[in-house]
Amino acid sequence: MQSVAKQKMMALAGDEAVAYAAKQSDVDVVAAYPITPQTIIVEKFSEYVANGEVETEFVCVESEHSAMAASLSASVTGARAFTATASAGLALMHEMLFVTSGCRAPVVMAVANRALSAPINIHGDHSDSMAQRDSGWIQLYAENAQEAYDSIIQAFRIAENLDVLLPVMVGLDGFTLSHTLENVETLLDEGVKEFIGTRQFPKVLTHEGKTVPFRLDPANPMTVGPLALQNYYFEFKRQQEEAMENALAVIQQVNSEYAKISGRSYGNGLLEAYRLEDAEVVAICLGSTAGTMKTVVDALRQDGVKAGLLRLRTFRPLPVEEIQSALAGVKAVAVMDRCLSFGGNGGPVFHEVRHLLYEAASRPYVVNYIYGLGGRDTSPTELRSIYENLQRIIQTQRVEKPIQYLGLRD
Amino acid sequence: MTTQEWKFTTKDIAAKPDLFLSGHRACAGCAPATVLRLIMKATRGPTIVTESTGCMEVVSSIYPYTSWAVPWLHTAFETAASNASGIEAALKIMKKKGRIKQEHVDVIAFAGDGGTYDIGIQALSGAVERGHDFLFVLYDNEAYMNTGIQRSGGTPHGAATTTSPAGSVIPGKLEYKKPIADIMVAHDMPYVATASPYYWKDLLTKVRKGLEVEGPAFLHVFAPCPRGWRSNPAKSIEYSKLAVETCVFPVWEAVSDEYQLSTPSKLVALAPQKKKPVADYLQGQGRFRHMFKPQGKKLLEEVQRITDERWQRLLMKCEMAQKP
Repeated sequence: MQSVAKQKMMALAGDEAVAYAAKQSDVDVVAAYPITPQTIIVEKFSEYVANGEVETEFVCVESEHSAMAASLSASVTGARAFTATASAGLALMHEMLFVTSGCRAPVVMAVANRALSAPINIHGDHSDSMAQRDSGWIQLYAENAQEAYDSIIQAFRIAENLDVLLPVMVGLDGFTLSHTLENVETLLDEGVKEFIGTRQFPKVLTHEGKTVPFRLDPANPMTVGPLALQNYYFEFKRQQEEAMENALAVIQQVNSEYAKISGRSYGNGLLEAYRLEDAEVVAICLGSTAGTMKTVVDALRQDGVKAGLLRLRTFRPLPVEEIQSALAGVKAVAVMDRCLSFGGNGGPVFHEVRHLLYEAASRPYVVNYIYGLGGRDTSPTELRSIYENLQRIIQTQRVEKPIQYLGLRD
Repeated sequence: MTTQEWKFTTKDIAAKPDLFLSGHRACAGCAPATVLRLIMKATRGPTIVTESTGCMEVVSSIYPYTSWAVPWLHTAFETAASNASGIEAALKIMKKKGRIKQEHVDVIAFAGDGGTYDIGIQALSGAVERGHDFLFVLYDNEAYMNTGIQRSGGTPHGAATTTSPAGSVIPGKLEYKKPIADIMVAHDMPYVATASPYYWKDLLTKVRKGLEVEGPAFLHVFAPCPRGWRSNPAKSIEYSKLAVETCVFPVWEAVSDEYQLSTPSKLVALAPQKKKPVADYLQGQGRFRHMFKPQGKKLLEEVQRITDERWQRLLMKCEMAQKP
């Protein structure tokens, strides 16, 4: 933190913080479609365009499917592309999410996390982005508006890193973050510009035998998005997986470089350990719930309970080794899912955490909490009950109900 | 560069290097492949092509080979127009920011009938409404040929496809071909035209006009498919001619919504006695075989009636209808 740059404090809702970060990131093309609770992002960005505050082509597309198609095409042409969506919008993009990561287009997208229909519900949960976890996108989840702002800026650096070249989605909880005003420390425009830099392109060998920057350029014809059959498709996919593996180091590096200019970091960029040193009972969660959870942990600590919190900031790529070592010595773990995997025996975060603990030196008890679907409020009292249950599990030495529903009407 | 500078003579065409190269894996007698090759001959400078999923995409880009001597992007089935939107937006801003060398880059989007009439129409309508500067080319082989000849919104009335077979109860496709070019004219766009590869000079001129207009242009190109039509591969270009002569597929253009018949169709309008019966065009195509059996007589008459009606409507739009 030796040279933290001058910053400006602003009162911003999460969506506004995202739009402001995108503005400062000098994006070339924004192709987006409105959907609650993401709308403020596109509205705010439209204002920047209308007032000449950004040099950006804003494409008011007719659907999220086209939003992603246009973003990806702009990116492949050489532009820095940004978009934002939520819920049904993200679901409509589903097909194009795979194409974007497959074309190695470093598009950055904010997702104001929201429940999926039916019944229709505009409030926060993680069903939308969890359903896209195999789409080849890096996924970061923000705890507050400040982190949403910081993560968008970092996302461009991560996505455009030549060892990565993958799209990044930054999740912020619908309404809880998207629409709630917070004090947000913002970097100056110049600082952001310098941090992100201009977009670099990897050099690739074309069919003409030339080594040229990877983008659609009439001076160097290139075929992008071809048909690859049994003989080549598999290698393309393996390369994407390698890029995900590379992203683990890049996310950490970007997190620490960002700390140098802002004074802010989020754990090691992958996960944030809160009072984990000697913890026996630990909850794992994503997003804004961590904020409330930290106050609960503090209260429990005051009562002498060895409670801790592990916040997963990066869900894709999953930081397997980091989670394993963070949980070493922990006796009981509660994995919180703001999403259901119907018929899947628990939520997605639970599946993955319990799976990686199979190889741990000492396996803790693991229990899954499904909570907060459709914006259902989660109180500190309810969160405290999770730790109480973990203590009970340690005492009785058995997990009676591995999958629990928090705050559900009986 | 303008249309006048380049005359589209056979000599010029032959001299211009191909941008859609040979070696692709299209079937024998594939008119869409001919159409693409001809269209790329009419480009005027730096060009980026995007293509929807379909026959021409799969035959031309089998990794690690390509038939494209221009930058080319494929993303999905319904995205030809949304890709073009993103490419055009990127070119515009990168030009403004001084990040590209070229003075101007043309954007062409190719899609088949499935990628245009059906799954791609939303993206197309949106892109045209937003006014992106690009040329959308529909190569219409009148069914989903790439997946094995299933009916589309562009399949004509009565045609047998694998999802509208000519059965003992239902005689092929019951619905009518969607008037896609008229739908595009209704978007109040600067340039809409239809073309047939038999009249290749007319086709090339229309491509160049479409590229030259500021804003979106739509070109509907007739493109016989011998596999899907169950027709002789040697006759694809002949069918392209017959479709115009029978008025099944008249050629016209609408510049800023003003309809005008192009010469091949204008000649038919001026000499109605030369208008050929639809049977001349339908005969020999396996997809219409059932129309030439005794029980198909009514259907054949129906196709003639629809063709005449649509032709009359077009003549009225072109202010060439005969006074009763």
